[in-house]
Amino acid sequence: MSGTQLLDATGIAKSFGAVRALTEASLHVSEGEIVALMGANGAGKSTFVKIITGALRPDSGTVLIRGREARVGSPAQARRSGLVPVYQEPSLIPDLDVADNLRLTDTPVEPFRRWVEELGIRRLALSDMIGDLPLATLRILDLARALASAPDVLLLDEMTAALPTDLVERVLKVMRQKADEGMGVIYVSHRFGEISELCDRATVLRDGMSVGDLKIEPGVEDRAVELMLGQKLDLAARDIHKTRGTTGDRPRMRVKGVAIAPKVSDISFDLFPGEVLGVVALEGQGQDELFECMAGFMPPRAGSIEVNGVAADFRHPADAIAAGVKFVPGDRADALLAQRSVRENIALPFSARIRAWGGLKLRHERARVAHAIARLQIDTRAQGEVQRLSGGNQQKVTIGRWLATGVDTLLLFDPTRGIDVRTKRQIYPLVRELAEQGASVLFYTSELEEIPLACDRAVVIFNGRVVDIIDAEVADEQTLLRAAYGLVAQEGAA
Amino acid sequence: MSGIIRKNAWVAGLLALLVVLLVATRMIQPGFGVSGLESIARAALPFVFATTGMAVVVIVGGIDLSVASMMAVCAVTAAVLMERMAGVPAILIVLALGLAMGVINGGLIVATRVPDIVVTLAMLFVWEGVALLILESPGGSTADWLQKSIRGSFLIPGLPNALVIATVCIAVVWLPIRRARLGIAIYATGSDERAAFRSGVAVGRTRIAAYGICGLFSAFGGLSLAALTGIGEPVPGPYLLASVAAVVLGGVVLGGGRGGLLGPIIAVFILRIVRTILTLLAVDPNVTTIIEGTIMVGVVMLGTAATMRGART
Amino acid sequence: MSMVVTDPPLVRFGRFLRDNPVIPLVVFLFVLVAVLEIMRPGIVTPFRAGRDGVISTFWLGNLIKFAIPLAMLAACQVLTMLTAGIDLSAGIVATVAAFVCATLSSIWGVGPAVATALLAGLVVGVVNGIGVGLVRVHPLIMTLGTGLIATGVLQVYQRLVINAGSEIPGFLTWLGTGRTLAMPNGLFLFVPFALFIFWLMRFTGFGRLLFALGSNENAAKLSGVRAWQVYVALYALSGVIAALAGLLYLGIIRQTSLSLANPLMLPSVAAAVIGGTSIFGGRGSYAGAIVGALIIRVLDTMLTLMQMPEGARTVLFGLIILAVTAIYVRITGSR
Repeated sequence: MSGTQLLDATGIAKSFGAVRALTEASLHVSEGEIVALMGANGAGKSTFVKIITGALRPDSGTVLIRGREARVGSPAQARRSGLVPVYQEPSLIPDLDVADNLRLTDTPVEPFRRWVEELGIRRLALSDMIGDLPLATLRILDLARALASAPDVLLLDEMTAALPTDLVERVLKVMRQKADEGMGVIYVSHRFGEISELCDRATVLRDGMSVGDLKIEPGVEDRAVELMLGQKLDLAARDIHKTRGTTGDRPRMRVKGVAIAPKVSDISFDLFPGEVLGVVALEGQGQDELFECMAGFMPPRAGSIEVNGVAADFRHPADAIAAGVKFVPGDRADALLAQRSVRENIALPFSARIRAWGGLKLRHERARVAHAIARLQIDTRAQGEVQRLSGGNQQKVTIGRWLATGVDTLLLFDPTRGIDVRTKRQIYPLVRELAEQGASVLFYTSELEEIPLACDRAVVIFNGRVVDIIDAEVADEQTLLRAAYGLVAQEGAA
Repeated sequence: MSGIIRKNAWVAGLLALLVVLLVATRMIQPGFGVSGLESIARAALPFVFATTGMAVVVIVGGIDLSVASMMAVCAVTAAVLMERMAGVPAILIVLALGLAMGVINGGLIVATRVPDIVVTLAMLFVWEGVALLILESPGGSTADWLQKSIRGSFLIPGLPNALVIATVCIAVVWLPIRRARLGIAIYATGSDERAAFRSGVAVGRTRIAAYGICGLFSAFGGLSLAALTGIGEPVPGPYLLASVAAVVLGGVVLGGGRGGLLGPIIAVFILRIVRTILTLLAVDPNVTTIIEGTIMVGVVMLGTAATMRGART
Repeated sequence: MSMVVTDPPLVRFGRFLRDNPVIPLVVFLFVLVAVLEIMRPGIVTPFRAGRDGVISTFWLGNLIKFAIPLAMLAACQVLTMLTAGIDLSAGIVATVAAFVCATLSSIWGVGPAVATALLAGLVVGVVNGIGVGLVRVHPLIMTLGTGLIATGVLQVYQRLVINAGSEIPGFLTWLGTGRTLAMPNGLFLFVPFALFIFWLMRFTGFGRLLFALGSNENAAKLSGVRAWQVYVALYALSGVIAALAGLLYLGIIRQTSLSLANPLMLPSVAAAVIGGTSIFGGRGSYAGAIVGALIIRVLDTMLTLMQMPEGARTVLFGLIILAVTAIYVRITGSR
C-alpha cells in the first residue's frame, strides 16, 4: 500500500491575530492511499485545508509534494504542482457555461466528459450555464474537472454533503478506482459511514493539532470520537445551579415541520418557558437557517412557527422583537457596530422605532446600560470602540443589548465560540438565571460539553432534520457526538 | 441551454421593441425615413460608446462614474490635436489617452482598495478638471473627413455610416477579447470573485484590463463627440446616467457577471428613439429631458429591484 | 486572553486623528491662512498695511459668509455619508429652491414662496429616500438621477414663469449680505442650524440610527431597525437642508440662475470628506465639516491668487477626496 509519499505536510502552524487556529498539524498521503481528515467543529480543519491548497500561507511548517517543497502561493500554483481541491461550495463560475469554466482552468474537455459520464451525470451540454444546474450536479462537475486534470492528490472537502445517495455511491466507487491506479485522496468528512467504506486511514485533528492516525477497522468510530474529544478543559458545573423556572405546559415557541431552502427539510420542537433548550448539530446541518428563520430574517418555505400559541409571520426582525424573540447571531461581527461605543451598542434597540427617534432619554438609557454592564461584568476599559474589546466582552455586549430591553425568548447561536474560559463560565450561569426568571432560551453550541452544563434538553439536528431529542442531564459528550454524527439513527434501526 | 435562450430572449425582446418604436415613429411622422435613421444613429453614437464602456466594467463587477468626463477629455484633446496635426495620428493618440485613463482608474481601484464607485466619483472630477485644463471653453476643430464620416449611409441607404462605424469599432476591440481568456476572466471575476480566484484568475489584473477597455471606448465616444460637434467641448455631457440606464435595460446585471454588449447597444437606440418620438410629438424639449430622466431612473430602479429579487431566491 | 490587543503606532495615531479630526484640521486651517498671508501680505493681517485691527474683519467676515452655504450643503453630505450614502442632488436642489423662491416671491408673496421652495427640496429628498431605502438603488446613482430630473423640471418651470420676473426677498438679502458687528448675518441662520445638526447627530435616536446603519446595517436590522424608514427621513431632511442652503445662497449672490448653487456640489463633498467623515459610513463629525468648508474657502482664495484655472481646482478637489479616502482605508485597515 505504501508507495512513494505524494503529500507530506508537517508541523503546520497558523495564527489569526491572537487566535491560534493551528499549532502543529500534520498529514501524509502516499500513492494509492485515501486518508480521512477528521475533527470536531473548530478543530482547525478548514484552516488546514486552506493551507494545503495554497489559499493561505502557514506561519511555520512545510508542505512537500512528491518530496519537493511546494511554495504554494495561490490556488493556481497548487493546481500546477499536482494537488487539486474540490470544495464544499463548487468553485465554478455561475454566469459562465461549462465550456468556459473548463477553459478558465485549462482543463482538457475529453477526459472531463468521460468523468462526467462515469460519475453518473447524463444529458450535460458544454453550453449549459452553471447557474442553471442543480447543486448536486455542480459538485460532480467540480469533481470531474478536478479528475480531468489528472492530479497526483485530490482533496475532497465535505463534497458528499447534500448529494443524493446514488451519486455518493458513484463518487466513492470512482475514488476507490483512482486510488487503485495510484492517486492519493484526502477526504474531509463528517460521515463515518463513507469514511469506513472508503478510507484506508484517518488523521484526527483537535485544537489545531494532529492527535492521532487511525487505521480504518471495525469499531474505529468509538476511537475517533474519543480522539476528537480528548482531554477537555474542566468546565465543571459546581457553581452552576440548574433549577428550572416555572414551566408551563404551553410552549412559548412551537416550531412545526419547518423547511427552509436549501438545507432544512423538516424541523419540529417546542420551547417552553423557563427552559434552556440545547441544539446539537455539526456544522452546516441547517441550524444557521433555523435560527435566522426564527429571528425573522427569512420566512420558512413550509411549516409554521408559533409564539405563545399565536402563529408568527415574521417579515422583519422587528416583528420577532415585538413578539419578544431576541437573537444573538453566531458571528459577532454581524451584531456589533464595531466603531461605536459599548453604550451605543447596547442601547441600539431603544432607538429602533420611529417613536424613539427624538431626543434620547439619557438618564433612562444610562441606567439600563449600566445595569446590563454590571450584570454581565463587561470590562469597560476600552468602551469607546467595541472593536477594541476582547472577543468575550464583545459577546457580552451582544447579549447585554437584549438584557437591557428585557427578554422573553432568547436565541443564542454559538455564543461561546472563540471566547475565553472565564467569559464562558459567566455565560452559563447567566443563561440559567434567565431561564429561572421565566425566559426561554434556545442555545446552539459547537462545544458539546456545554450542553449538559447549560441545557435542560437538547434537540439533535442532522441533515436538516431533528434526529433525536435528548435529556441534557444524562447526555455525556460521547452520546452527543455520536448523535450529532447521526449514529443514533443507525443504532436505533439495528 | 435554457440560459442561452433566456439571454437571447431578452435581446430579441429589446430588438422587437426597437422595431415597434421605429414603426411607431414612422406612423407619427410618415416622412421619417433614411435621413431620420441617419440622424438617430449619429446622435446615438457617443451614447453607444459610453454604454459599451460602462457595460464592460459593470460585467467585471464595478462601475465607472467617470465615463462622461473621460469622453470630454478625449473630445477636447482630439479637437486641439487636429488643429495641429493630421487626423489619423491624432486619433491614435486620443485612443491611447483613453486607454491610459481607464488603466489609471482601474489601477487606483486595485491599489487603494477603495470601492469602484468612490474612486471613479473622484476621478469624475479629476478628468473633468483635466478637460477644462486642456481647453477652457469650447474650441478647437476636427478634421472634415471625420465629421463627414459619420454622416450618410454605407453602401445601401438606410444603413447609417454612424452605425457601421460603431459596430466595426466595438467588434474590433471586443470580439477578440471576448473570445480570449481575458473575456472569460472578466465574466468570471464579475460573477464570483472567490471562485474566479480559486480557478486561477488574476483578479486584480482582470479588473484593470476591464477599466482600460472602458477607457478605450470612452475615447471612441469622445472622438464621436468631436466629430458630431466639429469642436471640443470640455464640459461632460449627460452620458453617465444614460449609460447606466442603457446597461441595465440591456440586460447587464449591476453587480457583474451577466449580460453582453449587444443588449445595451440596442437599449441605447431604444432610449434615443423614445426621445425622437417625443420630439416628433412636439413635446417641449425640456419636458422631454424630464421624461427621459424619469425613464432612466425608473429603469435603474427596476433593474436593482430585479437583481435583489434574484439574489433572494 | 482578555488582554486588550495593542496596535501599531501608525494605527493608533490614525485612530486619534479619526476620533478628534477637528484638532489637526484647525491646525491645518491656520497653516493655510499663514501661507495665504505670505502669498499676499496684508490680506489677513492688514495692520502691517496700516488698516484696522490685527486681523482683517472684512476678510474674516467674507470668508465666513461664503463658507456658510458650503457648510450647510456639507451637512447634507455628512448626514447621508454616515449611512454610507451621498446626496449628489443637493447642489441642484439648492439651485431649484433659490430659483423657485425668487420667481414666486413676486407672484405669491415671500411666505408661500419660501414654503414652496422648501417643499421642492422635501419632494426630491423623499424620492431619493424611497429609491435608496425601498428599492435599494445606490445613493450615488439615485441622487444623480433625481438631480438630472430636477434640472429638467427647473427648465420647464423657467419657461412658465419667464414673464413673472424675479424678486429676492428682503430678509434673504439681509441674511446674505448684511453684517452685524462686522460678522455676516448668515450666522443668525447658521448657528442655530449647526446646533440642531450637532443635537441631531449626538442626542437623538435618529442620529444614533444614522451611525448604526453606516457601521453595520445588519446589526441595526437585528436590533429591530427598519432601515427604509430611516433612509426616507434622512434623504427628505437632506433635501430640506439643501433647499435652505439654496435660499441663503440666493441672498448672498442676489441673482437667479439655472445653475446658481451647482458649483457648490463638489466642494461640499470635499468639505465633508476633509472634515473626517467617512464615505463608507459610521463615522463623521459636523464640526469637522464646518472647518472643512473654511479650509476649502481658503484654498479657493489661494488658487484664485495663484491664478489657477477652474480646471485645476476641480482636479485638486477630486484628488483630495480620493487621497483622503485612500489614506483612511490604509490607516484603519478597513472600509
